[in-house]
Amino acid sequence: MSTFTLAEKILSHAVGRSVRAGEMITVRPDVIMAHDSLTPAIIKIMRERLGVAHVADPSQVVMVMDHVAPASNVATANSQNIIRRFAREENLRLFEVGRGICHQVLVEEQIARPGRVIIGSDSHSTSYGAVGAFGTGMGSTDIAVAMGTGKTWVRVPETIRVRVHGRFRPGVDAKDLALWLARDMGLAGATYAAIEYLGLEWLPLPGRQTLASMAIELGGKAGIFPADGDVARRFDVPDWLTVDEDAQIKRELHIYLDEIEPQVAVPHSVDDVVDISQIAGQPVDVVFLGTCTNGRYEDMRTAAEILQGQRLAPGLRMLVTPASSQELQKAIGDDTMTTLLAAGVTLTTPGCGPCMGRHQGTLGDGDVCLSTGNRNFKGRMGHPSSQIYLASPAVAAATALTGRITDPRTIEEYRPQTTDHSDSRPVV
Amino acid sequence: MSRVWKFGSDVDTDQIVPGRYAPFMLKEGQDVKDYAFIEARPDFARNARPGDVIVAGKNFGCGSSREYAPEALRRRQIGGIIAVSYARIFFRNAINLGIPVIEAPDVVDALEDGMEIEVKWASGQLKSDSGQLFELPPMPAFATEIIAAGGLTAFVRKYGRFPGEK
Ligand code: SF4
Repeated sequence: MSTFTLAEKILSHAVGRSVRAGEMITVRPDVIMAHDSLTPAIIKIMRERLGVAHVADPSQVVMVMDHVAPASNVATANSQNIIRRFAREENLRLFEVGRGICHQVLVEEQIARPGRVIIGSDSHSTSYGAVGAFGTGMGSTDIAVAMGTGKTWVRVPETIRVRVHGRFRPGVDAKDLALWLARDMGLAGATYAAIEYLGLEWLPLPGRQTLASMAIELGGKAGIFPADGDVARRFDVPDWLTVDEDAQIKRELHIYLDEIEPQVAVPHSVDDVVDISQIAGQPVDVVFLGTCTNGRYEDMRTAAEILQGQRLAPGLRMLVTPASSQELQKAIGDDTMTTLLAAGVTLTTPGCGPCMGRHQGTLGDGDVCLSTGNRNFKGRMGHPSSQIYLASPAVAAATALTGRITDPRTIEEYRPQTTDHSDSRPVV
Repeated sequence: MSRVWKFGSDVDTDQIVPGRYAPFMLKEGQDVKDYAFIEARPDFARNARPGDVIVAGKNFGCGSSREYAPEALRRRQIGGIIAVSYARIFFRNAINLGIPVIEAPDVVDALEDGMEIEVKWASGQLKSDSGQLFELPPMPAFATEIIAAGGLTAFVRKYGRFPGEK
């Protein structure tokens, strides 16, 4: 048996011998990512519980200020200063307030690269699978021990293959597929396993990031794309990183894209998903466009196409939080951002924004929000009585226009063609 | 004897400790251990004793990677968790903090909320108040070693390596 899954290949390469699903291994990650809200605790665990004063290998570590950035109060400001001091003393790379969401920044900086092993303090670290890396989220103790020793433990995961057939119908995109998978597989559908996405060579990087970020919503340890198509054009791909069709896998799912309508996750579970026709008309107070799942230029572009020359529905507020400073620059580089601002959106600092309810748009009692994010657990964005619906950027913009959950295909001026914006992407 | 606190499936980390009670949100003198299940199960927050056992359905601990969820249970000195299955990050966080996490669907079925039981975690023997005996399936050797040492930091500190490493 000399065929391997992508997860087995990447981890085998990292440990220098062939490893198989089920094995417990100790591995030296290429990248250890830590974000602002947990890093002070991580530093404390490394120094006090592990008893190690310094980071084992500063070149492994990357820190990003994104979750509550800029700081929302004195306590947050002070805890971020602890991180700044630590990064300076230990000589670590630190991406400051406003640079963007960790998962977007690491891809833009090519710190996340095909074939790398990346562990992160944030659960959506599965996102790095979009570029053909093994990315996985871990808790504070794991990250602290990895910083202090340079190593971590991993159980090599089994693989579930998602094999996709056909193309999206107009007005449907990668987010609808991600929600469809949650509907099909459930919150624990991929627990302990890596997902391998096949049949999507044509899908540009942003759509891959949407899907890989949401692998964790299925319980997945990783969600890995082959480093082909758009990713192969943008990154150097190691020659060993190829798909073995006959590798030993746990199960394979076939998805036919022409069956998929715009999808909406209803409160309070990511796997409680319905076709948009079942929920259209639900009144909404806030629309949030952003997050590591859907805060990129393409997402803002889609929204701008729908909001072009229009105003937000009376009484509705819409927050736009670009995933990174580069994505924001692209949206300023053409008329995307001016279109959104003319429609009446509120633009916030690139980063996580209100995604976990700690600043820049926290929801109050009973607020109903339609978000392009990835989680709608009770109280995620603020008060426990608030409600979060999850959907694509097109649904978000159509909803912003009417004040009720709206199928973008019913907006007359909007003629959805395809979500492939790879040609229209301006160069910054 | 230890009390069984029984939960359903898909208990997420927000139910274990709501984000508002994260250690970095607490005031001087407050402890995250007092907020374990504060909203989802206030009687747990009030009455759970050291050694008590959490019994749950599928996908226990899903949601965020917040380690203060299992940390609150550790400080509460719960004896361990028996579930049908766990969310991956919670599972490894619990092991890293030295909390036994057992997957045993049959045992979960047989145990009711409020039962008094006796568990020998090291040998995997469980006795219910009616005298019924259960054998808990062992955890991976790797995890057993970490838990025996009192958690990952304690293990690495003591042995200067990871379990299974030379
Ligand atoms: S955008 Fe939301 S889901 Fe993504 S890393 Fe930030 S808080 Fe987490």
